[in-house]
Amino acid sequence: MISVIMIVVLGVIMIVAGIIALHLKNLLAAIITAGTISLLASVIYLILGSPDVAMTEASIGSGLTTIIFLYALNKVQKEDKND
Amino acid sequence: MIKKTLVLIAIVGLLMVFWPLMSNFEFSQNLSELASNYVRGSVNELNTQNVVTSVIVTYRGLDTLGEVTVLFLATVGIGFLLGKRKGKKRPASELLQTTSSFLFALIVLFGVYIFTHGHLTPGGGFQGGVVIATAFLLLMLSDVNMKFNHTILQIVESFSGAFYIVIGIVGLVLTIGFLSAEIIPLGEFGKLISAGAIPIIYSFIGLKVGSELTNIIDTMRGE
Repeated sequence: MISVIMIVVLGVIMIVAGIIALHLKNLLAAIITAGTISLLASVIYLILGSPDVAMTEASIGSGLTTIIFLYALNKVQKEDKND
Repeated sequence: MIKKTLVLIAIVGLLMVFWPLMSNFEFSQNLSELASNYVRGSVNELNTQNVVTSVIVTYRGLDTLGEVTVLFLATVGIGFLLGKRKGKKRPASELLQTTSSFLFALIVLFGVYIFTHGHLTPGGGFQGGVVIATAFLLLMLSDVNMKFNHTILQIVESFSGAFYIVIGIVGLVLTIGFLSAEIIPLGEFGKLISAGAIPIIYSFIGLKVGSELTNIIDTMRGE
């Protein structure tokens, strides 16, 4: 029962975070929020009993993807300045 | 107004598509026949403690080969499309430099642990490779002017990919099956050296994924 409550709470937070990420004007904050969604998703996978998928989601989804988005944002901002 | 109505219609349409799936969904108490075959087979035939790993590496080995190929093509594409360019960067803080030089070895060790113990504990080549890539990322963050030797990365990457396929072909030659784990003795259940070729295959995948992702991050970083 407690795991179901946890999953529902985490799911609601994920949806709210997704909506916030869409509406944020600050792109850096939006990227971080999108990374948080993956982190919460990995907790849900762990509760559902699939640690393998949780590890992949935590490392790729919230770690590597966020970093690559940050590098891309950095590049885009640099090109904006040059123009 | 029209835009909002269209969005509403799209949401209702999606709900109608997914409602039949939701309405008669029930948690299954028993494994399906295929799943129970996999669970029994991985413990009894392959001596693998982690069932997920045995499915990924052996039973669905061809899919994993495809996944690795997709990652390889992504790396090649990023390296091809994103050229190098120069720019000034401010150096990292003292705190980050000291911490990352201390943590780098530990994180690499943890990554190696994850992919060598893929058949015993959760995790495996992909996760371990990503952890290793994050260790290199930390190194790149702490030393902004650091240059990576791409030749070494490419050698590691292509050799591990080649050996992965060679292991698969050895299984074909011995008429056991493509990417079969039983080409070498299976060993004792639950020991580090067990489960036949699964740890070897996953170590190659781990090295391959680690070097590929390091390559991607370094290319994205630019010079």
